[in-house]
Amino acid sequence: MIPFDFDYFNPETVQEAYHLYHSLTEAGREPVYFSGGTEIITLGRIHQLYTDAVIDLKGIPECRTAQLDDEHLYLGAALPLTAVEEARLFPLLMKNVKEIADHTAREKVTLGGNICGNIFYREAVLPFLLSDSSFVIAGKDGLKVQSIHDVFEEHIQLAPGEFLVQTITEKNFLTAPHVNIKRKRQWDTGYPVVTVAAAIVGRRLRIGISGLCPFPFRSYEVEAALNEPALSPEQKAELAISHMPAPILNDSEASAEYRLFVLKNTLTDILVAFEGMGRR
Amino acid sequence: MTIVSVTLMINGEERTTEIRYADILLTVLREKFGLTGSKPGCLNGDCGACTVHVNGKPMKSCLMLAIEAVGEDITTIEGLKGTPIQQAFIQHFAFQCGYCTPGFIMNCQALIQAYPDAGDKVIKEWLESNICRCTSYEEIEAAVKSVLRSEA
Ligand code: FES
Ligand code: FES
Repeated sequence: MIPFDFDYFNPETVQEAYHLYHSLTEAGREPVYFSGGTEIITLGRIHQLYTDAVIDLKGIPECRTAQLDDEHLYLGAALPLTAVEEARLFPLLMKNVKEIADHTAREKVTLGGNICGNIFYREAVLPFLLSDSSFVIAGKDGLKVQSIHDVFEEHIQLAPGEFLVQTITEKNFLTAPHVNIKRKRQWDTGYPVVTVAAAIVGRRLRIGISGLCPFPFRSYEVEAALNEPALSPEQKAELAISHMPAPILNDSEASAEYRLFVLKNTLTDILVAFEGMGRR
Repeated sequence: MTIVSVTLMINGEERTTEIRYADILLTVLREKFGLTGSKPGCLNGDCGACTVHVNGKPMKSCLMLAIEAVGEDITTIEGLKGTPIQQAFIQHFAFQCGYCTPGFIMNCQALIQAYPDAGDKVIKEWLESNICRCTSYEEIEAAVKSVLRSEA
């Protein structure tokens, strides 16, 4: 049971949601946006999160869209992960979200909830980092479109009251050769030791990593090392490892050394696989 | 504390009760409607003992607020009657203590409805959502496969 009370609001438009957030804040309340709500419900239960007003975004049509036009793919932030899988529009993202939580939980966990959440494992952001996608954000001037690289730095960077409405991805990226590898310690379920998403764009390898640090990231230094033409796959992976950001997670799931060891092997496997596909 | 009156569609019937907005669906099913087939396990979305159907899809009722279920079609284990999967659980003796059974059956039934020709990969992907502390996994797998293979 959630040990505190909150009010529940179910806005039907982006503007209504944003204004609700502000009027509640001005009234001294502590509102939170809610889409799947799994993090709010589970953390609320154990006193790690408090709110007195929940603003549910899933009644807003823009937050539920899954639409492909001639140039772009638009995905709503309140789409459950199973809806992202079933839409079959973004192959790398499909593979990536299939590895999050479990099938039944993915009926509830949403795309935006995973990207904007507080847990370390926000790997649904990786395909958007690799594809240089844009985020549609609701704010005081209505909707704005921003490059993911301007709004996602370890965490999504939003002003109070702003929220993620949609992602926009160029259609060209959707067919790029790709892999998504999630390495777990022992069983098929549970948190990953490390997740790596990779894609080839214009003969260059792009890499995004989650589970290594307390945040998911794409690093240009790491990519430069992995694309160093004169090196063998093992040497590239070794060089890439020396450019990882800090800190490396060191917890009961895996030690920092073990995470780096698994990552290095995973990167080598990816390099070998892409070379096998005739990249070079 | 705000108490609101809500009407939920559960097992084909409209049921009205009073809830807090912070009440999860599992608690409301069990404590307001006496539908105690959905079990509290982890209450954290990990074990699947609380699984029900929302519009035919499996849902962990500990991860859903009751207020979110307004306007949706809810089915609990009490709403399944004489289905092949229930019979198959008995035939294959797919339980020991039985605590996980309602959640497993609801998930299996949703799978059978969504993918009547599901292969091993899909079966595994779906059933990983539930945990059986008595480790009846082999018998559960045999039960769900017996229904899927006979319908395919
Ligand atoms: S009680 Fe809901 S998943 Fe365990
Ligand atoms: S039969 Fe006891 S938990 Fe599954």
